Amino acid sequence: MSAVREPTSIRALRATIIIIAMVLTCGPVLYGLLLSLRPFAAALNDPLSIVPSPDEISFDAYVQAMRSTADGGYGLGGFLLNSLILAAGTVLASVLASILGAYATARIRFSGRSVGNTIIVAVYMFPGIVLAVPLFVLLSRAGLTSSLVGLVIVYVALTVPVSLYMLRNYFIALPASIEDAAMIDGCSLLGVIWRIVLPIALPGIAATAMYIFMIAWNEYLYALLFLVQARDLWTAPLGIAQLTEFDTPVTILLAGSIVVTIPVVLLFVLAQRLLISGLATGAEK
Amino acid sequence: MSDARSTRVARGSRLSRGQRANLHGYLLSAPSYLTITLVILIPFCAVVVFAFAEFRLIDVSQMSLGTIDWSLANMSGALQSGRFWSALGTTAAYAVFTTIGVIVGGVTVALAMRKPFRGQHVVRALFLVPYVLPVIAAATIWRTMLNPQYGIVNAFGTSVLGWEAPIAFLTTRSAELGSLSIPVALTMVILFEIWKSAPFTFLFVTARLQNVPAELEDAAAIDGANARQRLTHIVLPQLRTVVMVLVLLRFIWSFQNFNDIYLLTQGAGGTEVMAVQVFKQLTVRADVGSAAAYGLCMTAILAVFGIAWALTNRRKEAL
Repeated sequence: MSAVREPTSIRALRATIIIIAMVLTCGPVLYGLLLSLRPFAAALNDPLSIVPSPDEISFDAYVQAMRSTADGGYGLGGFLLNSLILAAGTVLASVLASILGAYATARIRFSGRSVGNTIIVAVYMFPGIVLAVPLFVLLSRAGLTSSLVGLVIVYVALTVPVSLYMLRNYFIALPASIEDAAMIDGCSLLGVIWRIVLPIALPGIAATAMYIFMIAWNEYLYALLFLVQARDLWTAPLGIAQLTEFDTPVTILLAGSIVVTIPVVLLFVLAQRLLISGLATGAEK
Repeated sequence: MSDARSTRVARGSRLSRGQRANLHGYLLSAPSYLTITLVILIPFCAVVVFAFAEFRLIDVSQMSLGTIDWSLANMSGALQSGRFWSALGTTAAYAVFTTIGVIVGGVTVALAMRKPFRGQHVVRALFLVPYVLPVIAAATIWRTMLNPQYGIVNAFGTSVLGWEAPIAFLTTRSAELGSLSIPVALTMVILFEIWKSAPFTFLFVTARLQNVPAELEDAAAIDGANARQRLTHIVLPQLRTVVMVLVLLRFIWSFQNFNDIYLLTQGAGGTEVMAVQVFKQLTVRADVGSAAAYGLCMTAILAVFGIAWALTNRRKEAL
């Protein structure tokens, strides 16, 4: 950092910008969180008092949102489970489909490699909405709409380019000398990848997996296209969006939104630990 | 045993280094490219066929390349429809303004956050909240804030700012402000996207700023450069490359955005961008050919933009 001391006016400007940015970024989220803790009637009657009084706070909206429709709730618990299955399946399929290819394009000098890299970047930039047209038609013909398997196929299409791109960058950043040494010691190529590259690259793979999970967790368009008829299979975003149509109390919708956010935040905290531990073991050796 | 081994070694060595690298490369990348081919390239070819073929949904099962009636009807239909051009205009406005907003916002905050202060890490993490927040949660919160009945923005506007009536921000096409006509709903989806994506820019610019050597600025200060001169002549030029990459990425992502807009407005109030149009042609009108034609035009525009960007950058690097 520069040792130059700044005039007070500039420091005041900096502070003002930071405070405004803080209010703008966190304000809406805090608003949603506080509103989800209030009874719906109270929120309707006095929209300007944001902070709930202590006797007003209730978690009813959360209970009702999560409960199944059979128990008089809005079934969000089931939707979350669908989202979880879908996102986990996508992460697994996408990483498996791209890990060897990412390594090959990062390390092995084979002819056609640069063409391969161009294809990766091109599909990475490809508009996902365009694929909605053929995938909708083809999967309807294959009878895979209203099924989570069909949706996993679509999500793999959306995430394989990202996965390839990110993993390749992580593999490029690894020191090649250890791999060369293992090769010279007689380790096969697959052995090198399995025993050396994957363990060292684990933080990178974890980060990629997390990013793919977030894409699948957030996805809404394809869930709407394929699952709208099958209420049992609704994902959490689709469920909340559909409930919006049915005049559901806003406190329920906000409670649902906060719950949908929790796995992402949790994953961030967990993956951060994994990233740090991965780096630490890398440094010891 | 030793014979067998030596033959294997001999056979192995028959492949040259380059040939073996090729073999390994192809074998290892086969699963990835097979996946890309199956789930992206073949479907994309189908888009091209759908866009240029006389096509009905029931024909798909017995369709083969020989039996296709090629036709320009879908494409010319798209290019002659007013919906297409208005969607393109909306998309262009949306992409340009969100890109500008995201870059200006991200860079401004990143610059303000440069000097270390107590609690900086926490503040930095909190700035990322809108980016990490699932889109559905962000959209629900914004819809609530902007709701005419119980939303805080309208409550504040009517009781504090003295608005005559609440404003339906997400469905109003345009409003007069003095002599200016403002596209209300479109402005809202643009603001939403800036709010959601500026943290991403902030993250990248912050990472780049940490690599700007402090000595440069100190030297300039000793030479008498004031704060503004140090900013425009030393710091900002260092950000050029990262900003260029962010402009490209943001523009491409905004141009094809569906979720964020549809979840906020469902395309109401003049927010029908290209992606929403593709979706509506496909679902509401069940017109696969026209949806494909819209999608193909979108891809073509992005491809032209991408190539132009790559060429300009190459030329600049060559200079």
